[in-house]
Amino acid sequence: MAEELKMLEETVSKEYEYGFVTNIETDVINKGINEDVIHLISSKKNEPEWMLEWRLKAYYQWLKMEEPTWPNVTYPKINYQDIIYYAAPKKKPKLGSLDEVDPELLKTFDKLGISLSEQKRLSGVAVDVVMDSVSVATSFKEQLAEVGIIFCSISEAIQKHPDLVRKHIGSVVPMNDNYFSALNSAVFTDGSFCYIPKGVRCPMELSTYFRINQENSGQFERTLIIAEEGAYVSYLEGCTAPKRDANQLHAAVVELKAMAKAEIKYSTVQNWYPGDENGKGGIYNFVTKRGICMGDFSKISWTQVETGAAITWKYPSVILKGDNTIGEFYSVALTNNYQQADTGTKMIHLGKNTKSRIVSKGISAGKSQNSYRGLVRAAKGALNARNYSQCDSLLLGDKCGAHTFPYIESKNKTAIIEHEATTSKIGEDQLFYCQQRGIDAETAVALIVTGFAKEVMNQLPMEFAVEAQKLLAVSLEGSVG
Amino acid sequence: MLKIKDIHASIDGKEILKGLNLDIQPGEVHAIMGPNGGGKSTLASVLAGRENYEVTAGTIDFDGKDMLDLSPEERAREGLFLAFQYPVEIPGVSTTNFIKTAVNEKRKHLGQPPLDAVAFLKTMKEKTALVEIDKSLLSRSLNEGFSGGEKKRNEIFQMAMLEPKLAILDETDSGLDIDALRIVANGVNQLRNEHNSIIVITHYQRLLDYLQPDFVHVLVEGKIVKSGTKELALELEEKGYDFIKESLNATAAV
Ligand SMILES: Nc1ncnc2c1ncn2[C@@H]1O[C@H](COP(=O)(O)OP(=O)(O)OP(=O)(O)O)[C@@H](O)[C@H]1O
Ligand SMILES: [Mg+2]
Repeated sequence: MAEELKMLEETVSKEYEYGFVTNIETDVINKGINEDVIHLISSKKNEPEWMLEWRLKAYYQWLKMEEPTWPNVTYPKINYQDIIYYAAPKKKPKLGSLDEVDPELLKTFDKLGISLSEQKRLSGVAVDVVMDSVSVATSFKEQLAEVGIIFCSISEAIQKHPDLVRKHIGSVVPMNDNYFSALNSAVFTDGSFCYIPKGVRCPMELSTYFRINQENSGQFERTLIIAEEGAYVSYLEGCTAPKRDANQLHAAVVELKAMAKAEIKYSTVQNWYPGDENGKGGIYNFVTKRGICMGDFSKISWTQVETGAAITWKYPSVILKGDNTIGEFYSVALTNNYQQADTGTKMIHLGKNTKSRIVSKGISAGKSQNSYRGLVRAAKGALNARNYSQCDSLLLGDKCGAHTFPYIESKNKTAIIEHEATTSKIGEDQLFYCQQRGIDAETAVALIVTGFAKEVMNQLPMEFAVEAQKLLAVSLEGSVG
Repeated sequence: MLKIKDIHASIDGKEILKGLNLDIQPGEVHAIMGPNGGGKSTLASVLAGRENYEVTAGTIDFDGKDMLDLSPEERAREGLFLAFQYPVEIPGVSTTNFIKTAVNEKRKHLGQPPLDAVAFLKTMKEKTALVEIDKSLLSRSLNEGFSGGEKKRNEIFQMAMLEPKLAILDETDSGLDIDALRIVANGVNQLRNEHNSIIVITHYQRLLDYLQPDFVHVLVEGKIVKSGTKELALELEEKGYDFIKESLNATAAV
């Protein structure tokens, strides 16, 4: 019995492979947050007056708010004056021309496995890369522009498409929605902007890689995706950070808007530095993601594979406003060592005949804590609303925890809400059976975990499913001996 | 092929195998019989390398290698196969994917390239026909919700796919209907050749009728107390284990 546990404990701990630091000249401002810092960020980005005012308004609201304490996570108090709110690689390349990119930066992309030119040539995936505070490269822009799609950094969008940004920013996640969204609204430095005009199906996957490089800096990116009537887009976000002993804050806001008959598919492969095996360092991933199905027959689907970050606090949600709209949430959250995750979704049914589906797969190993927290609400007018939720937990060893907090609020009798949950454990007998067939314990765990997460992985775009699968296996290495 | 010398093994501090000896040559089929709780499955587990069994004394030589030095997966890749008395369910892992992984791990160990999809499917087809296993089982999660007989048949199917040098069948015949029993016997007979050896743990004569073992051993209280040819099994069927125990007591008294 003791051996079994020891074995299980040992299988989850390969070195974090993206832990390198890029030696690149960076433009950083002093630590801390105050009005001047917000003025400075806004002026560095040459923003219009309305944007500065919006930021300041968010800042004043934030000052009055309290950090939430309800998530099932614990961490020492964050000193918000000890964070750098703006850090940018000095040589900023002209968008689209990779030749002008700092060679150190290109090396970073290579190490991340996203050599941009390769991506351009082979997979036909349009990529935006955000390092520390700013977007450094967006590929495929011209081709997308031909069909009227705007895909650029949010800073550029503020310059070139101010009306669109002004109309939609903060309309899904109000600046005062929560503590971290208010902070983000005040100091966000970059992120991606994507606009798909009426009737256009985006011809390729759009993708953004977020990277924190600078020490002591926070990353506050903001993503805004708008799909006009009948439009379709599939969007993928990936993230990594160097290994550092100190915790770093990542507080992003993502807003999705789907008009009538539009569909947005948003996938995340989150691999922030999780901290070391003793729980030292790692990213605090406090993120607000929300989509709204504005028009009838629209659909928003979130898929997330969360393997990194010391603490994850994240509930990608869908507001089903239009009639006959569909919201989906597919999640794999893997925690190991001392990682903590409190993640789930909210499905808010407002329109008639709205449907939502939640599939959550939590995998806990080491001494980690993994919580699913989900809210399904059917409003009075949400006639015939339907929800199906399935939350499965898989435990490796007996020092980790899995928790489920489902909240259901139904205000009308025609709504049907179903919730199923299971918890299972990888047993010594299962591992031995695999070993007896020549499959070592580590491979066996990967096989079982992959099987467990299959339903969610199948939702990922093909190009990324393989990558995500490897990531799961790697994140579990060392959890059995 | 296999030389077990004076093996002592215990679990949770309790000694189960108490000085067991067994010698198996290539090409031989050995049957092990004996009363419940005698240590038959323990022997199988010790041979397969299950960690919670502690070997306190003795040696096991497997094809020239010190078996006790090898991890369970190394033993398997070297050609040891155990058909479990109670096969384990593994949800979410399809039987096909599981077997493919197992086959390729073994090939890797032997320095062979992994089987490509076409070659793998071809072998699958051959072996499914051999053990008459329902193909729909193969796309389902491993053993999950399989009937008792289906699980046993799946063990034999895996054995056929992995073509082991030494196969141990732990009561694979228990809980099988007449047809399944014949199929299991066919599977074993297919594997049988001058290079491979088989240990059959059973309580019943029926399987032995099909298999015609070269030797029959009786395992009682952690030791092999009597060995003989297939006629010994018939004698046991007729007289039960008491006559052996009586003769043991008689020897002890001398
Ligand atoms: N964890 C354990 N702690 C103590 N005793 C154990 C443990 N596991 C097995 N045993 C004992 O070891 C003895 C041998 O068991 P084993 O399963 O090898 O018998 P067997 O010969 O295969 O019996 P059967 O014919 O019923 O399958 C039994 O008395 C059993 O209770
Ligand atoms: Mg037994």
